[in-house]
Amino acid sequence: MIHDTIAAISTPLGEGGIAVIRVSGPEAIAEVERVFQSKKPLSAAATHTVHYGFIVNKETGERIDEVLVTVMKGPRSFTAEDVVEIGCHGGIVSVKKVLDLLLTGRTRIAEPGEFTKRAFLNGRIDLSQAEAVIDVIRAKSDRAYQIAMKQAEGSLSARIKKLRHELVELMAHIEVNIDYPEHDVEEMTNAFIRTRCEAAITEIDRLLKSAEQGKIMREGIVTAIVGRPNVGKSSLLNTLTQENKAIVTDIPGTTRDVIEEYVTVNGIPLRLLDTAGIRETSDVVEQIGVEKSRTALAEADLILLVFNGSEPIHEDERLLLEQLADRNVIVIVNKTDLPQQLEMEELTRRIDAERIVRMSLQEESGIDELEAAISAIFFSGQVESNDLTYVSNVRHIALLKQAKSALGEATEAAESFVPIDMIQIDVRRAWEQLGEVIGDSVGDSLLDQIFSQFCLGK
Amino acid sequence: MGYVAGEYDVIVIGAGHAGCEAALATARMGCNTLLLTINLDMIAFMPCNPSIGGPAKGHVVREVDALGGEMGRHIDKTFIQMRMLNTGKGPAVHALRAQADKFQYQHLMKETIEATDNLTLRQGMVEELIVEDGVCKGVVTKTGAQYMAKAVVLTTGTYLRGKIIMGELMYESGPNNQQPSIKLSESLRQLGLELVRFKTGTPPRVHKDTIDFSKTEIQPGDAEPKFFSYETTEAPKEEQLPCWLTYTSPETHSIINSNLHRAPMFSGAIEGTGPRYCPSIEDKIVRFADKPKHQLFLEPEGRNTSEYYVQGLSTSMPEDVQLSMLRSVPGLEKVEMMRNGYAIEYDAVVPTQLWPTLETKLISGLFTAGQINGTSGYEEAAAQGIMAGINAARKVQGKEPVILERSQAYIGVLIDDLVTKGTAEPYRLLTSRAEYRLLLRHDNADLRLTPLGHEIGLISEERHRKFLEKKERVEQEIERLKQTKVKPEEHVQQMLREAGTVELNNATDLITLLKRPEVSYAHLESISPSPVELTDEMKEQVEIQIKYAGYIEKQLLQVERLRKMEQKRIPDDIVYEDVHGLANEAKSRLAKIRPLSIGQASRVSGVNPADISILLVYLEHYNQVTAAKK
Repeated sequence: MIHDTIAAISTPLGEGGIAVIRVSGPEAIAEVERVFQSKKPLSAAATHTVHYGFIVNKETGERIDEVLVTVMKGPRSFTAEDVVEIGCHGGIVSVKKVLDLLLTGRTRIAEPGEFTKRAFLNGRIDLSQAEAVIDVIRAKSDRAYQIAMKQAEGSLSARIKKLRHELVELMAHIEVNIDYPEHDVEEMTNAFIRTRCEAAITEIDRLLKSAEQGKIMREGIVTAIVGRPNVGKSSLLNTLTQENKAIVTDIPGTTRDVIEEYVTVNGIPLRLLDTAGIRETSDVVEQIGVEKSRTALAEADLILLVFNGSEPIHEDERLLLEQLADRNVIVIVNKTDLPQQLEMEELTRRIDAERIVRMSLQEESGIDELEAAISAIFFSGQVESNDLTYVSNVRHIALLKQAKSALGEATEAAESFVPIDMIQIDVRRAWEQLGEVIGDSVGDSLLDQIFSQFCLGK
Repeated sequence: MGYVAGEYDVIVIGAGHAGCEAALATARMGCNTLLLTINLDMIAFMPCNPSIGGPAKGHVVREVDALGGEMGRHIDKTFIQMRMLNTGKGPAVHALRAQADKFQYQHLMKETIEATDNLTLRQGMVEELIVEDGVCKGVVTKTGAQYMAKAVVLTTGTYLRGKIIMGELMYESGPNNQQPSIKLSESLRQLGLELVRFKTGTPPRVHKDTIDFSKTEIQPGDAEPKFFSYETTEAPKEEQLPCWLTYTSPETHSIINSNLHRAPMFSGAIEGTGPRYCPSIEDKIVRFADKPKHQLFLEPEGRNTSEYYVQGLSTSMPEDVQLSMLRSVPGLEKVEMMRNGYAIEYDAVVPTQLWPTLETKLISGLFTAGQINGTSGYEEAAAQGIMAGINAARKVQGKEPVILERSQAYIGVLIDDLVTKGTAEPYRLLTSRAEYRLLLRHDNADLRLTPLGHEIGLISEERHRKFLEKKERVEQEIERLKQTKVKPEEHVQQMLREAGTVELNNATDLITLLKRPEVSYAHLESISPSPVELTDEMKEQVEIQIKYAGYIEKQLLQVERLRKMEQKRIPDDIVYEDVHGLANEAKSRLAKIRPLSIGQASRVSGVNPADISILLVYLEHYNQVTAAKK
């Protein structure tokens, strides 16, 4: 049953500075060796040994991370297959890059719960645990499904759907030429296929580029910055984004007109919501009532509630504190450089002291404390890390790359006069891989397309 | 009033393309077989287009032949035109298509059936199945004859509660005004089988002498016709007949448009679901309103008839409108309509009620094949017929069933689609339905299926010996090309120049040369002929296997990867309701389809990869627990 090699990040994201990528399967050692630079080749390594080296993109020569690699040969491993674990030190961005690199070869991303499934099917987990194993698979799949559904609403999904539609039109045209050779439809030529495939590759390149910049990734802890006007929300935002230039981007959301920005704080990905709203309305009197902010508040996993330390607590703020009583809130008392009038006692009655950060954005003080508070809340597990979102994004990039390479093969075949039915094999593969990104099942849609695009019959 | 009329191993009901193949297979496999049909003059009749083959369909005819069926041999003896289609495309989609002398074809098939040992042919209308404790024991005819059997194969085509519709006119009828089978449908319903209403149609037939062929384009057959059967060596003596191409005119479209209120398709008179790939002309004109004209092919129905089939003009318009439509077509201005077109509605069995053997899950020993399973097309019917026959015979003989895989044959794709996914419209095979199209080629049907046909007992020793010889010679020749190197000598360079490709710098083996797009096997032959004589068929095989090796290997790898899933059996007594963790939708879908393997389960709609993972874990547990109990 189990023939291929799988990989996944096996530690929760952001935890500590170290993340572990687990690779399992018959080609685990060869696959890691492909991207690993060390004194001795990994294939010569004894089982249960640890090796120091670098993960390197051997095509471009780019050195991605300094790592420790552990080799465990089957059956003495978690899955009873050859297993290699890569301990990465470079934080979230490089972990993702390492995984991306692995997935360019013969390794695929693990399905939810797949390591456990393999361990079970290979006899490593006691039979009495079958039910527990099933629960793991079910829970992880359901979660992945929910996340996929959430993503399917996004702009990435809309662009992929459009791309797939163009491909399926091309495929339908090719199929009609094959299945109805005497029909008076335009003859499909290799030149035409090539043009279409090249256009699709260009679009995938655009998607990949934005993916690599983090634009399309709806990942990270959904974070909202809220507070009354003039408390310093936009300064906080600017500080966070400038201090953490790793992934700063803005994209207009498709369904709501929300501008999102991505920052990593101590390696923890944050997705800042409704930041445009903050910027635009910071001078406007009433901000809390704005519908957009309410939506943002409802969605947020983490809320940064900003107070002006130089003013007493406002009634609106008391209301907010009550509304947010059950939520993950970090209270930021800003403007500590000014004379303080805020009732700190009242605040500490309502909020744990470690959740209150005093800072002066003006003087750039207190930023480290804020970042520490975010880390604390994250690692205590109170905010759930969106690692499945994250993994699905890595999977998306891998699939996009595979789709691109399939289209590349189609283009090449079209140039070398390969018959259209064979070129179709590669076009179809690309179409299916794009479908996997957005969770579209293949189904009958090609046939539907053929019969809606062309008038056929005897 | 009833009387016991006989006892057989297998009874086949219906002698269309499915029934003939089924009955011939069971009889040849040693089962005492009764073939019952409503009208002995309608054996292997082609009620619609007088042609066999085309993409996917032609492949299926090759497969039926490779298994030892009859359709290929018979069309080879009775064709009036043969064309290889798609020759400009890859070898996998080359497709043979024949125009049949439909009368000669059916007479020849009747002769074959009459001459076959173990096979009794009888006219009779079956009205009821005899079923005891969920096992099919026999049939009862309208005249009260009771025939007992160990297995029954139902191939009722479009006869089940058939109804012909044409404009405002509607009457109970089988195809071509034959008696419909009304009571049998009721019997099936009472036994608990779920039936569905489908619709199909046929165009009018016109008189040859009233066609002005000068206004049409000639469509001749191939100068050197190929054949469907691997056994056929020569073509019929008579010259091939051409078909003719014409088009609908703006007037045709306006006649149809102004009579749409009389079209049963739109008036609501038709309740059955029709096939999208075979729409009526009125349907085409409504759905593709901006298409200015539609192709019409005029096809002779035989050598000794003046009837011409008007392909492309399938219709259920009233008779008077049909005639006006015809006469608005260039070349048909003065045409005489000999038979009108019509739509026909009929009952079909929902095919997800079948095992992949084509036996019903509900009634042991009852098999169904052909149009009754929701398909359309003579070829699809023949394919199911031979498989139902093989499995009925093997059941009677206590042998393991034969199920073809999707990677093995179009027949496998067809049956798996039907029983696993069902169909919402009459099902037609298309090459795009096959995920391993490159493996399921027209040329290699024998390599894929003839060893199996021999094992089953439908391929003679003599034919099998010839097959093995072909296979061996092809393999030897490929090996020779691998081993043989040529140097950049003048005669080699000259050949390469003539082929339009670059000259050699170093010594190169012949395989590498043949992989160049410009170089054919014939080119190699001119510089290094095979030491043993090879037939054209063998040469073609060598060329295809080498030229497309890269693509072929890619698909083989995919097949190999999924093979274990296909081989992982699901025990018969699994209770999906008890499988902890399966999604509810998956539970109910799987309980209905009852897939035989994990591979089949993964193709059931509504079952996702997580469900398959869970099923695997459950089965592992189940198997070990069951093993421990024993």
